[in-house]
Amino acid sequence: MLTVRHLRKTYGPLVAVDDVSLSVEGGRLLSLLGPNGAGKTTTVSMITGVITPDKGDVLIDGAPLSGDTDRKKRKIGLVPQDLALYDELSARANLRFFGALYGLSGAALDKAIASALGLVGLSDRERDLVKTFSGGMKRRLNLAAGLLHDPDILLLDEPTVGVDPQSRNAIFDNLEELKQRGKALLYTTHYMEEVERLADRIVVVDHGRVIADDTLRGLQALARADASGRVTLEAIFLTLTGRSVRD
Amino acid sequence: MLTPLLAMIRKDLQLFFSDRRSVIVSFVVPIAIATFFGSIFSGAGSSNTQRARISVAVVDNDRSAVSAALVDGLAQDATLLVTPSQEPAAREAVRAGRTSVCLVIPERFGERATRSLLGQPDRPDIVVLYDPSRQLEATVVRGAMTQHVMRAIARSLAGGAGAGSAAAGSLVFSAPYDVHEEAMAGPNSAYNGYAHSFGGMGVQFLLFAMANLGVEMLLERQRGLWRRLRSAPISRLTLLGGKAASGAIISFLILAVCFAFAIVAFHVRVRGSVIGFIGVIVACSLMASTFGLLVAALGNSPATARGVTTLAVLMLVMLGGAWVPTFVFPAWVQRMTVAVPVRWAIDGLDATTWRGTSLQGVLAPIAVLLAFAAAFSVIAAARFRWEET
Repeated sequence: MLTVRHLRKTYGPLVAVDDVSLSVEGGRLLSLLGPNGAGKTTTVSMITGVITPDKGDVLIDGAPLSGDTDRKKRKIGLVPQDLALYDELSARANLRFFGALYGLSGAALDKAIASALGLVGLSDRERDLVKTFSGGMKRRLNLAAGLLHDPDILLLDEPTVGVDPQSRNAIFDNLEELKQRGKALLYTTHYMEEVERLADRIVVVDHGRVIADDTLRGLQALARADASGRVTLEAIFLTLTGRSVRD
Repeated sequence: MLTPLLAMIRKDLQLFFSDRRSVIVSFVVPIAIATFFGSIFSGAGSSNTQRARISVAVVDNDRSAVSAALVDGLAQDATLLVTPSQEPAAREAVRAGRTSVCLVIPERFGERATRSLLGQPDRPDIVVLYDPSRQLEATVVRGAMTQHVMRAIARSLAGGAGAGSAAAGSLVFSAPYDVHEEAMAGPNSAYNGYAHSFGGMGVQFLLFAMANLGVEMLLERQRGLWRRLRSAPISRLTLLGGKAASGAIISFLILAVCFAFAIVAFHVRVRGSVIGFIGVIVACSLMASTFGLLVAALGNSPATARGVTTLAVLMLVMLGGAWVPTFVFPAWVQRMTVAVPVRWAIDGLDATTWRGTSLQGVLAPIAVLLAFAAAFSVIAAARFRWEET
């Protein structure tokens, strides 16, 4: 469904992304894991067309994505790391706006809003201003805005940053349901337990390059077991990326 | 007590100085505004080499030695920019706002004014045609004219053989002429000061509102909203066009509500072309909204953009004549105002409200405002930072 081939992006002498390739199929969640500054957000931004790659292709169902107005972009939904919402507008007004960007209007838009708000459990707050929402509610609305137009591919850039366990769990439930519906999910995060719970496949990036691409079970062969005899993803991650602080 | 207090002060100073561009703007903007205002209002003795001059058309129907001396005296006056003219053309120039004042010297002015000065009851009338929105300039011209008339007659008397000395004992020390003033306005027009002030202030706050729209776009970028917008399958033209259109609608509403209030509360009337008035408001709204795009395109951070646009808007509004009459500016500043969109906006609004100008008469301001809007759009599109980093 989504294939990324040899993406590269540089900013002057800084190589942000270097020859990144990956693919995600429908009903699967691929986790893009990496330390801060590894190139995860830049990769996601290139997939959505927000950043133009220096090299490489983004293929949707085998066809390359090209240009701002390429209709294939409708198949992609973005849940950005920032809470990209208008605080002074209601939840419904936000979704009306974001839905209209994808050509939704009238009854179809109303139905999409109801469905998205229902999925994230905010139906009863649709008329409230976003500025009155808690951090967790805003995160859920951020997710709703990304899947409003029913995309086949959902790109989630650290969608659970700063939320309490309840909201995080609710988001996990939402993602599980989206997988069930056959959506292809690309999920960037720092939280190992999220990856362990959700990911069907894990791509580890560091310094802009893919350093591992496997299932959790496949990656476990790369690291030593801890005292309890278990090989944690964190141990694998530190084995692959090292222990030096990146920020 | 002292340690936390000092810590708070130190922290706030660190924060203030952390945004280098914003710091520069904080210091540069007041200095730039003060320097600019000072250079304009510092008056005689300043470094301004060309003082402000009031445009005056002079119609000499007398063509005597006295009237010639009067015209010559006016032409030598450093505060006036005198243009000899014919009455119909001069009337039209004042009516259209191209000239502030027109003096019409009647036939036999020299002879009658001289006799009047000697005590004979035959005072001629000098007709002063003036732009009613420039009464201050008319007052200055009247004062200068009195001085030059007296000089011209005195010179004439001194030059005339025995007549001067024979008459000396009977000199009457009052102006030897009467002034007939006529506020020039079109057949449909009637000056209303509120029309000018609502136009000026309306345009000023329009620009502030649209500059704020530009700052909001920078804030949207900071908050990640542009990342979401750019990920949607819409063109850059749609993104910027949408912003420009919403800004133009808001601008139109601001001006429309301003003038609606002025119409109801202060009897301001659109005495000229209604279509022209709407055309000026639309063109002005487009100019203002694209100015907002320019702020978003050229602004580095919201704080810096706020500082710079405050400076820019204040300059534009002042040079456009919204605050003070432009005749107080040095000549070079007056020349510069043709490159200031606010001036064209105010001219257009004045023309269609109290001046009673036809649609044809406001096509130039509309065209210039649209040209500014086009230029702002092109620059904004070219300089807008589309790539998120």
